[in-house]
Amino acid sequence: MAPTQMKQRVEEIEPFEAAQEIEGGDVVLVDTREPHEYQEAHLENGKLVPPLLLADEIAAAAPDKSARTILYCRTGNRSFIAAEQLEALGYTDVASMAGGIVAWQEQGLPVVAASGMTAEQRDRYSRHTLLPEVGVDGQLKMLNAKVLLIGAGGLGAPTALYLAAAGIGTLGLVDDDVVDASNLQRQVIHNTERIGRPKTESARLTIEALNPDVNVVEHNFRLDSSNIVELLSDYDVIVDGADNFPTRYLLNDASVRLRKPVVSASILSFDGQISTFVPYEGPCYRCLYPTPPPAELAPSCSANGVLGVMAGQMGLLQANEVLKLVLGIGEPLIGRLLLYEALSTRFTELKVRRDPDCPICGENAPEIPDSELGKFPDYDAFCAG
Amino acid sequence: MATIRIPPVLRPQTGGQTEVEAAGSNVGEVLRALTAEHPATEEQLFGPDGELNRYVNVYLNDEDVRVLQGLETAVSEGDTVIIMPAMAGG
Repeated sequence: MAPTQMKQRVEEIEPFEAAQEIEGGDVVLVDTREPHEYQEAHLENGKLVPPLLLADEIAAAAPDKSARTILYCRTGNRSFIAAEQLEALGYTDVASMAGGIVAWQEQGLPVVAASGMTAEQRDRYSRHTLLPEVGVDGQLKMLNAKVLLIGAGGLGAPTALYLAAAGIGTLGLVDDDVVDASNLQRQVIHNTERIGRPKTESARLTIEALNPDVNVVEHNFRLDSSNIVELLSDYDVIVDGADNFPTRYLLNDASVRLRKPVVSASILSFDGQISTFVPYEGPCYRCLYPTPPPAELAPSCSANGVLGVMAGQMGLLQANEVLKLVLGIGEPLIGRLLLYEALSTRFTELKVRRDPDCPICGENAPEIPDSELGKFPDYDAFCAG
Repeated sequence: MATIRIPPVLRPQTGGQTEVEAAGSNVGEVLRALTAEHPATEEQLFGPDGELNRYVNVYLNDEDVRVLQGLETAVSEGDTVIIMPAMAGG
């Protein structure tokens, strides 16, 4: 117990008072317990700063020393001591919540609890849930998310592998190809034993061994205008790792209609590019590329070669975009095209604007039937990747 | 002089160069300096009407020249012109 004279210095407030202040906003809420306690249950927006790390981490959690700062722990002792330390560090408006989260919960006030996760999941995803930007609620969002990957190849393989590890609950994989020895230099979700087997099956086996939480849905067929609308409808986020232009335009047109966000990357040789298309919030693929290039300007990886490591880097940039969209954090690449050159290790960011005359997402874009999705009425020399 | 960044698909036409220095007061002049030095790039950049092919995106620094003044967009010393066709590899 803290000495009586100290209790006179540090302000203590009751949980209902803290709740009123939190409701009113402009309060920095700091949880002064240990990580395992925080993971079990914490106050919403409570930032974890364990007592022993207070001096090092408080500046990141509470950068403004004049801001109203409320500390809590389990029963109110550790937060009281921490409040004294903060005052010594120059914080001017600190309070400790009397009775801690125990009293808070006794009064029926809400907490963010790990109850939605099993003990195994709390352990597996602990490095995620320790991140304040993710937390238990963020991990639950990931476990409930449905992500569709177009292509289980150079981009799809690393993207799927890391999304599975991250705990994306449902991963749909679209690919009608089989594993080839020439894939294995970059498509790390497959392996030598699986040569000749469907890529979707190979990816499912790897993912199931990595993370039993993930439900893998195999779509072992080629996307076309007759099946894409129904397929996309079941998913929250789409990842475009297609190896040909017709599929990319088809996916764009259908995703805009269904208002599904698409994380789109492409790779060739040593170079990659990536952007995130959120319909009507930012540009679409056709705003960026109104027409596909002719065949001689659209070589494929199978014809030109591709650095496997670069494919992995671009795939993981896609996975990062997916997680941000699912979690609702950070700044997705909306309206931005990121170029990556592996040989010079250089990133370049370009602006992408919505095209008011875009035939798909423009203001006067007509509604089109399914059969017209992905089509170019004035363009017939369409190159296959 | 401006620096033109050459995309992978055009590098066979520039002898493998990833960047080419070119002079010109606007984007059109800079690109014409490129095609003068590397004639094989011409038909991939420009259509018969002398306009940029629609499938070629050109950026001045980080902005698409389509939202600026197209080929008339003024280029300053040290600017970067980026040629960026769509890629479909996955």
